[in-house]
Amino acid sequence: MSAMPAVRCTGLSRRFGDTLAVDNLDLEIVQGEIFGLLGPNGAGKTTTIRMITTLLPPPRGTIEVFGADVAARRMAVRRLIGYVPQQLSVEATLTGRENVWLFAKLYDVPRLTRVRRVNEVLAGVGLAEVADRLAKTYSGGMIRRLELAQALVSTPRLLVLDEPTVGLDPVARDDVWERIEQIRADSGMTVLVTTHLMQEADERCDRVALMHRGRIQALGTPAQLRGNLGDGATLDDVFRAYTGDELADTGSIRDVRSARRTARRLS
Amino acid sequence: MTERTIPTNPSPLWLAYTALCRIGAICTVELQKLRHDRTELITRAVQPTLWLLVFGQVFTQIRAIPTGSTPYLDFLAPGILAQSALFIAIFYGIQIIWERDSGMLAKLMVTPTPRVALVAAKAFAAGIRAVVQAIAVMIVAAILGVHLDTAPARLVGTVIALILGSAFFCCLSITIAGLVLSRDRLMGIGQAITMPLFFASNALYPVQLMPGWLQVINRINPLSYEVDALRGLLVNTPAALGFDFLVLVLASAAMISVAAALLPRLTVG
Repeated sequence: MSAMPAVRCTGLSRRFGDTLAVDNLDLEIVQGEIFGLLGPNGAGKTTTIRMITTLLPPPRGTIEVFGADVAARRMAVRRLIGYVPQQLSVEATLTGRENVWLFAKLYDVPRLTRVRRVNEVLAGVGLAEVADRLAKTYSGGMIRRLELAQALVSTPRLLVLDEPTVGLDPVARDDVWERIEQIRADSGMTVLVTTHLMQEADERCDRVALMHRGRIQALGTPAQLRGNLGDGATLDDVFRAYTGDELADTGSIRDVRSARRTARRLS
Repeated sequence: MTERTIPTNPSPLWLAYTALCRIGAICTVELQKLRHDRTELITRAVQPTLWLLVFGQVFTQIRAIPTGSTPYLDFLAPGILAQSALFIAIFYGIQIIWERDSGMLAKLMVTPTPRVALVAAKAFAAGIRAVVQAIAVMIVAAILGVHLDTAPARLVGTVIALILGSAFFCCLSITIAGLVLSRDRLMGIGQAITMPLFFASNALYPVQLMPGWLQVINRINPLSYEVDALRGLLVNTPAALGFDFLVLVLASAAMISVAAALLPRLTVG
């Protein structure tokens, strides 16, 4: 384990109106791992991601990305991050190549290597042949891959993906994941990914954190979390055990508490 | 071969250089978009053409608006140039909300780009688009017999006036976007302010014809200074060019700062 974590959050909190979206969160992401932040909608995943990527200032607590404090060195932190938001977001009236070129410019990829780098990442995501077509002619899976290329053109050290496979068909989903794994294998890049698809997390993530109501309820490798619940348990079962049935009777709180104790032991 | 490193305490010079790079990149993208979708250029030329062709011709005929020795159509043409730039610029606030909803804005804001540079880049991109549109409108005006002075220095001045004016209205629209945060409300407000901005300016008629209260509004309306400059440059009417440009520079700089301060509101929540 490397000494400096890729991301370290300490005592992170963020409130929206009356709801505490992120509640005193502590989190460390190891360099080079694929880390999955899991949880139901409204668990605080996206808010956490937004604070890590400098989109939201953390009102309480600190975040360090490769040792750089996010609040104090926003610009330097941005340089280290490649970010793909939840929505499919490219300029539809630009070609694939122009879309990637824009981000090469915005991340100051040097002029001498820019063309080569843009070609490299486009080839890396399998879009070299369609690079000069307008992005509006791309399928959902192609757009997501184009976004990966945009995020990778600056060779970031941390790739942040917010629900990267949402809205994609299973084939495109596998394809996107294979690209992500390939990138990690080639570059040793750290990958932080949110998802609510437990199977995906189970197959693809080195470690996962289960988030619920702004807190991390469980943390470990998918196998560890499953193992705690007994033989034959899936990550889906783990998910249900920790998040509980929101509308169920309060009796289950006790179970959640014991689950939380397990989670603490694990982390 | 590594990327430029970010200094711990970025100097103003470093920030200015970064800002210029970003403005260049985003303006290039704007031109690329225009190149791929030229229909917009044509559809957006329809309205100014109608203003010149119908309103301009009719009011020239009936001589209802005294414009001295300048034919009314000549007087009107710079006003319509400014109007078409205004309509383009006001659209940018809607575009930024669209970019917020599509996730594009978050992606841009995660890049190492100072907020002010991002807004300035949008502002100048609006200017670039307005200039390209202005070329189309000027061609139409020339066909209709408007005597445009196209000395190179005057054209350069025209381009600068259009860019500054568009930058102001683009950032006004981004500011409103940052305040209302919703596309529907912004579209309503956008429509509610563009026509008054246009009518409460000297675009259609000389200031002297306005009632007193309208003259006051005209004086605080940056569109009037844009029109005054364009008119002085293109059809040689007497204009306070120095003062016009001073107002445009100050107004657009102020509006860029305000819009940049409000931009983060769009990615919160």
